[in-house]
Amino acid sequence: MRKYVLDLQVTSVEQPSERYLLLAATNPAGPLPEMNPGQFAQLRIDDSKDTFLRRPISLHHVDYEKNEVSFLVQKVGKGTASLWQKHPGSTLNAIMPLGRGFTMPTSAEQRFLLVGGGVGIAPLLFMGEAMLKIGVRPTFLLGARSKSDLIRLDAYRALGEVYVTTEDGSEGEQGFVTQHSVLRREKFDNISVCGPKPMMMAMACYAKQAGTRCEVSLENMMACGLGACLCCVEDTKDGNVCVCKEGPVFDVEKLKW
Amino acid sequence: MADLRVNIAGLELVNPVLTASGTFGYGIEYQDFIDLSQLGGIIVKGTTLQPREGNPYPRMAETAQGMLNCVGLQNKGVDYFCKHIYPQIKDIKTNMIVNVSGNSPEDYAECAARINELDCIPAIELNISCPNVKHGGMAFGTTTEGASSVVKAVREAYKKTLIVKLSPNVTSITDIALAVQDAGADAVSLINTLMGMAIDIEKRKRILSIGTGGLSGPCIKPVALRMVYQVAHAVRVPVIGLGGISNAKDAIEFLLAGASAIEIGTANFLDPTVSVKVAKGIDEYLEKHGFKSVKDIVGLCE
Repeated sequence: MRKYVLDLQVTSVEQPSERYLLLAATNPAGPLPEMNPGQFAQLRIDDSKDTFLRRPISLHHVDYEKNEVSFLVQKVGKGTASLWQKHPGSTLNAIMPLGRGFTMPTSAEQRFLLVGGGVGIAPLLFMGEAMLKIGVRPTFLLGARSKSDLIRLDAYRALGEVYVTTEDGSEGEQGFVTQHSVLRREKFDNISVCGPKPMMMAMACYAKQAGTRCEVSLENMMACGLGACLCCVEDTKDGNVCVCKEGPVFDVEKLKW
Repeated sequence: MADLRVNIAGLELVNPVLTASGTFGYGIEYQDFIDLSQLGGIIVKGTTLQPREGNPYPRMAETAQGMLNCVGLQNKGVDYFCKHIYPQIKDIKTNMIVNVSGNSPEDYAECAARINELDCIPAIELNISCPNVKHGGMAFGTTTEGASSVVKAVREAYKKTLIVKLSPNVTSITDIALAVQDAGADAVSLINTLMGMAIDIEKRKRILSIGTGGLSGPCIKPVALRMVYQVAHAVRVPVIGLGGISNAKDAIEFLLAGASAIEIGTANFLDPTVSVKVAKGIDEYLEKHGFKSVKDIVGLCE
């Protein structure tokens, strides 16, 4: 899939909660390239004297008709925080689309469970949208610390069934996503997971016991994002491989978890 | 347009801009962004006789105006390179140069001999300066005897242009440069990364898996520039300058300091198109100041 360096133009900036930023941007130079759910962009961080490298951010939502791509960003450090300076009209330089995304359903009968934790919910919206386009209704299982960390639920509910867990019980079932009752009640053909590593490992464990195919999206620290520098490697059954190029999405069977 | 062509010990470059080993993959990774034929050359990822898994993750730490890495020469070995990678890159219309590393002079020589047989590889860059491997690498590049022994062994096995990449982690880089010149190097390139460290104050642990790594990026440019100037004034062979070059101005500084060509490394991560922009910027500078050829500004700075 061809990669581009694009000078995107920010069209809207929303702050769904204190720690999250929703950046939408268009490509003034032409139509956005073809992109797959689970792929990411390397966003340039401008005017930050404390950071140096780009930041890999997953594709949250793509609207080809409006020629718009959205990124859901969590404030983690100084790099992501500097994106809070963006406003409509700002330039957002992005290298995209990068990496290998989630496997899509091949028939309408397949049941796909999309599991997200924290900012890991971001790529699952794009995934759900792409599934609907091929006639498969997604089921979401989204987890957060507390109700205030659960953002954009309406956008997910517009696509399919949404189950929720919060650690403090302020919304949905109390506990972790792996403890949600839907996992005991229903059977899925595939589980696609993005979230904190312990959560993804627990889901991988559940999937193995249930005999369900499971893919996870890793977020190892990256420099180039192109498979050139070999910094972001994951130790897999095939040896050290670049998360930015062979991933970020991996079948858990390939990992040494 | 000024004449940007340069000649490094018989190696013809369309312009003085090369991309540095370990930052540009095998060139293929950047094909979507730039026309690779617009580069003077591409120095591909470090290659060793045997496959190497490299160091464990984490291998990278961001710093102010730079980054540390301890990749540790991960590569699938020279056999794999010859069989599977060479066919993919041999038709790229620029100088494809292989960076060669090893554990012993014999290792280096055997690896170089294998690459000597590849028609479309006109040169190698000998890495005697990798700070991230326990055996070999920088161990050879930090003494005149060590550097000389590797270069002599490779010189016997390798018949094309031999560039030797020097480590800045030494007391006198000019002594090492003179030693490799005497041992038969056709050119030297400098500098490799500077040894550094980063600590996570919350975990109270060193960030990189092996504790230390090589520092690269704009933060090392003044050190690299000083070393290039010193070496260029001490050796007869051509000097290729690198270390933190991010734009045409940086590149021109290195040329003025005495480098006949330059390499762009870490800057490729921030802008995958930077290398062709630098070549264009050098041309504009030459035009603006009335120089007919890039050769006219090499070492022009007193």
